[in-house]
Amino acid sequence: MAADLVCFPTRAQYFALVESFKADAFEMCVDVCGVDYLSHMDRPLPEGVEGTRFEVVTNLLSLSKRQRVRIRVQAGNDEPEVESLFALYSGVEAMEREAFDLFGIIFTNHPDLTRILMPEDWEGHPLRKDYGAGNVPVQFKEAPGPR
Amino acid sequence: MRSIEREELLVAETSEGEQELQRRAKTAANELGREIGAVLRSNDLHIDPTSIDFDRQDDETMIINMGPSHPSTHGVLRLMLELDGEYVLRCKPVIGYLHTGMEKTAEELSYIQGAVNVTRMDYLSPVINELNYSMAVEKLLGIEIPDRAIWIRMMMSELNRISSHLVWMATNGMDLGSTSMMIYGLRERELILAFFEKTAGLRMNLNYVRPGGVAADLPDGWKDDVTVICDTIDERTYEYDQLLTGQPIFRERMVGVAPITAEEALSLSVTGPLLRSTGVAWDLRRTMPYLAYDQVEFDVIVGTYGDNFDRYAIRLNEIRESIRIVRQCVEMMPSGDYRSQDPKVTPPPRARIGESMEALIHHFKLFTEGFHVPVGEVYSAVESPRGEIGCYLVSDGGAKPYRLHVRGPSFVNLQAIPLLMRGGSVSDAITTVSTIDPVLGEVDR
Repeated sequence: MAADLVCFPTRAQYFALVESFKADAFEMCVDVCGVDYLSHMDRPLPEGVEGTRFEVVTNLLSLSKRQRVRIRVQAGNDEPEVESLFALYSGVEAMEREAFDLFGIIFTNHPDLTRILMPEDWEGHPLRKDYGAGNVPVQFKEAPGPR
Repeated sequence: MRSIEREELLVAETSEGEQELQRRAKTAANELGREIGAVLRSNDLHIDPTSIDFDRQDDETMIINMGPSHPSTHGVLRLMLELDGEYVLRCKPVIGYLHTGMEKTAEELSYIQGAVNVTRMDYLSPVINELNYSMAVEKLLGIEIPDRAIWIRMMMSELNRISSHLVWMATNGMDLGSTSMMIYGLRERELILAFFEKTAGLRMNLNYVRPGGVAADLPDGWKDDVTVICDTIDERTYEYDQLLTGQPIFRERMVGVAPITAEEALSLSVTGPLLRSTGVAWDLRRTMPYLAYDQVEFDVIVGTYGDNFDRYAIRLNEIRESIRIVRQCVEMMPSGDYRSQDPKVTPPPRARIGESMEALIHHFKLFTEGFHVPVGEVYSAVESPRGEIGCYLVSDGGAKPYRLHVRGPSFVNLQAIPLLMRGGSVSDAITTVSTIDPVLGEVDR
């Protein structure tokens, strides 16, 4: 099987690129997820692509061509933000909410960008690399406060 | 006055705020559109979300919770339904009650330990979870695994698919009031779990498929065991047919209920039996073959109408197809190693540790530090009983994954619920959740 095609659009090109893939018989958006490259800002990337802390990785699938394409968009450093694909693929709704919930990546034009896995009153975005796993006391409504 | 205070207090204690289904007056138009199941947004299939609904006011309808602890939600799925009498107008699934941060945990575990973690996501098809993870790791490592390991993996994942579909048959029967089906489904599944226990030592969450191969060779006499399993279950599927397929009450609740079209299914990214029920013959085992699925004969089962009955028929027939594959595996199982002999990935056999210094060092390194995986990122996917389960793995060259993301089919398939439920009655809602077959361990991860 041939290796997947990987694209590196800028934030501005992202939506238009996905739109052109959709017109090119990529019927399904299989997956959207975030990655936090906090400690790997100098990771290997193709020339001309400047790595930012957050990356949004979108996997598209063409059923008719039996092909996958992966789109890695650099989402920004402090306030990561990319355009939502909801207008093209309704199925990204939950996946983008998950990326927002766990990484704090803002998807503009998303109809309902709320937390999905974590409780509504949770502080922080747990999959970020600077969110100390195990160091933060569990935040639950019923739990007693710090002693 | 006092009762209002109490109510507010209760809301404050249990509310999930914006995640919940809001009153109509407080819901934006495109969000409302999603909740009533308007999915197709490309230009030629545009649906205006404001025009799809009747002129209904908030005080004519009722918002109720189904779940999180409801026997028919198969776990801790909370559905918020807007009802007009008995009929569902809007629906929103609220999830996260089983979220344990497994993707975060994976970043703290070495690649060897990772399989133990992922196997607990979709707890009804653990082998396929492990397979998915192991294949992603192997893709990054660039190692080939021996033929026997490939065929063992294939046989085990097909057995697992049978057991998962049997649980589905059982719980679906239970949801529709057929208690006997529940007993039968779980009874047959027990045969497979007993074989898993004999092979891997555990009944569920096997940690059997690992990067580099499988944990142990098949036990003595496995051919007889597997043949008995195949013969028994094959015969019993025809009993299920008699019990359910033609039964008028069962058909009444399944045929034509909650239909979905192929365009809607593709737009919602749903995969697995849900997508195949619409007539799209998309099964990764056939369309993007992995392991040795291109060397065995089986049919991809598709439906026509995309309704609940099609999804039932697909799963029943997939059990038969899986049995066909397992029989071929028994016949064609090659001999040889059951795991890669690369000492950097595979622990040495116990007997060698006592006599070889090198083996001892490898063993020590593997279990204290783990093996290092080259820098890179990879997406790999396999067909689980619920659809495409994918694994996006980022390695920074260390002994632990930098990021592990699992694309759970149940998580994505759940998005079809508002569409499928709209206009149906509450009792249809039960069968619909059941035929989507979500496993909440995988939804919430």
